[in-house]
Amino acid sequence: MTALVTENLVKRFGGVQATDNVSLTVEDGQLHAIIGPNGAGKSTLIGQIAGEIAPDSGHVALLGKDVTTLSVFARANLGLARTYQITQLAKEFTALDNVLMATNARASHNFSFWKNAHDDSDAVSHSLAALAKVGLLDAKNRTVAELAHGEQRQLEIAMALATGPKVLLLDEPLAGMSQGESAAMIALLKSLKGRYPILLVEHDMDAVFSLADRISVLVYGRIIASGTPEEIRNNVEVRAAYLGEEATA
Amino acid sequence: MTAQLALSQLLNGLQLGVLLFLLAAGLTLVFGIMSFVNLAHGSLYMLGAYFGAATFAKTDSFTLAILAATVGAGLVGLLLDRFALTKLYTRDHLDQVLATFGLILFFNELIRMIWGPGSIFMQVPDALSQTVDIFGFTYPSYRFAIIGAGLAVALGLYLLIQKTRVGMLIRAGATHPHMVASLGVNIKWLNTLVFALGAALAGLAGVMSGPIMSVQPGMGEPVLILTLVVIIIGGLGSIRGAFYAALIVGVVDTLGRAFMPTIMRGIFERNTADAAGPALASMLIYLFMALVLALKPQGLFPATAGATR
Repeated sequence: MTALVTENLVKRFGGVQATDNVSLTVEDGQLHAIIGPNGAGKSTLIGQIAGEIAPDSGHVALLGKDVTTLSVFARANLGLARTYQITQLAKEFTALDNVLMATNARASHNFSFWKNAHDDSDAVSHSLAALAKVGLLDAKNRTVAELAHGEQRQLEIAMALATGPKVLLLDEPLAGMSQGESAAMIALLKSLKGRYPILLVEHDMDAVFSLADRISVLVYGRIIASGTPEEIRNNVEVRAAYLGEEATA
Repeated sequence: MTAQLALSQLLNGLQLGVLLFLLAAGLTLVFGIMSFVNLAHGSLYMLGAYFGAATFAKTDSFTLAILAATVGAGLVGLLLDRFALTKLYTRDHLDQVLATFGLILFFNELIRMIWGPGSIFMQVPDALSQTVDIFGFTYPSYRFAIIGAGLAVALGLYLLIQKTRVGMLIRAGATHPHMVASLGVNIKWLNTLVFALGAALAGLAGVMSGPIMSVQPGMGEPVLILTLVVIIIGGLGSIRGAFYAALIVGVVDTLGRAFMPTIMRGIFERNTADAAGPALASMLIYLFMALVLALKPQGLFPATAGATR
């Protein structure tokens, strides 16, 4: 089944066409990356997929279901998990508590809503497993404020994984990272690739070209090219619009 | 000024303090989480008192009265949140103040239409109408019960917010609503839950103060002002702050009113003291608030991300 589809999405802010007829597809098990210069409309696109921004026209479908009019939490409950460009973590919670919250958010539909969050061994072991997947098991009792920036981004991914996602939406997971942190994050993303369909928005070209199965290039709200990394690398229009700009920057 | 008198006034102060806490807990949570100024919180207190008094008069059961007040006020809170206030959450604070001030007038008039303009009488329940002897003086057991119940609710609230799943979501939702929504939580319903919980606590405070204060239209306003002082001193959004500030305000206000005239008499002539004492006593908590704001503008226990202490 197709994990995620956007169909002719359009969003205008005043006179600015932030999203211009964007159609893209994330196939099951595929890592689809979106690249584009600053101001290309990547955040607006992510917002429409997550449900924070309503498109002016067009559709978003998640696992074959039209979710265009659904709220953020309803899409999350269908299996869409995301991370943010700017870290959104409860700073005074420990790493484990943040993941527990994600686990519990999903489990809150059953009757143990009022349970002591730490007494629920299923939830705790589920959360620890998510922490282990991102390599943060040793940091479980440290508060977010004590974690390095790279670890905080890893923790966000652990939270996304703890919700039992069917599709991952990752908004610039490498932003602001040191080289060492980037390498660890890229390794983590490689380990997730193939196991989850992933839509990755990222600035780091080397990472995108080494990770992605498919790349779409967004410029001024419009997808100017979409294809395999090889096709994108050799696309003249892309080189002119974007990669050339990178090279001279 | 005997030791017994001082002790009994201290207990009166504590009793006022826990009642203020029940009111402040809801108000500060709603402000901290939804950034919503709800002046109608005092009306929920009044409704609780009326629901409780009416139920007690009909059934003669204080347990049922408490249940009616808590559930009734909680339900009114839930309906208010869903139908009347939901449009206001995104508006600025002045709009919220005006609209909820309108609700105060509405509820006061509604109560007048149903129960009349005079105060209605609510008896102390028989089981608690005795006095208790401690350290050689007697103190009404009903007031002890209020203190006990208030402290128990405070502990329960602490456990709910700090330990349970839903408490975790409330704490995180206070600072990161988008993140909590993206985890699949309906943040609107979480807010409604918090609002209804705050309303239920206000109703509980209303019914408990029924037998010791007069149950009448407009009874929510004076107590609302004290409650606002409490949440400002405690730090907006902070449950822990509301707890300590409520006890401080309750004790300072009560002791001030009891002893300030006497103290003033020791300093000034009798006439001056009799005039200035009560006036100064009623200003004490505001002076205290001004002092706290000057030294710690965020309140004694400012709420920070993650923990709504």
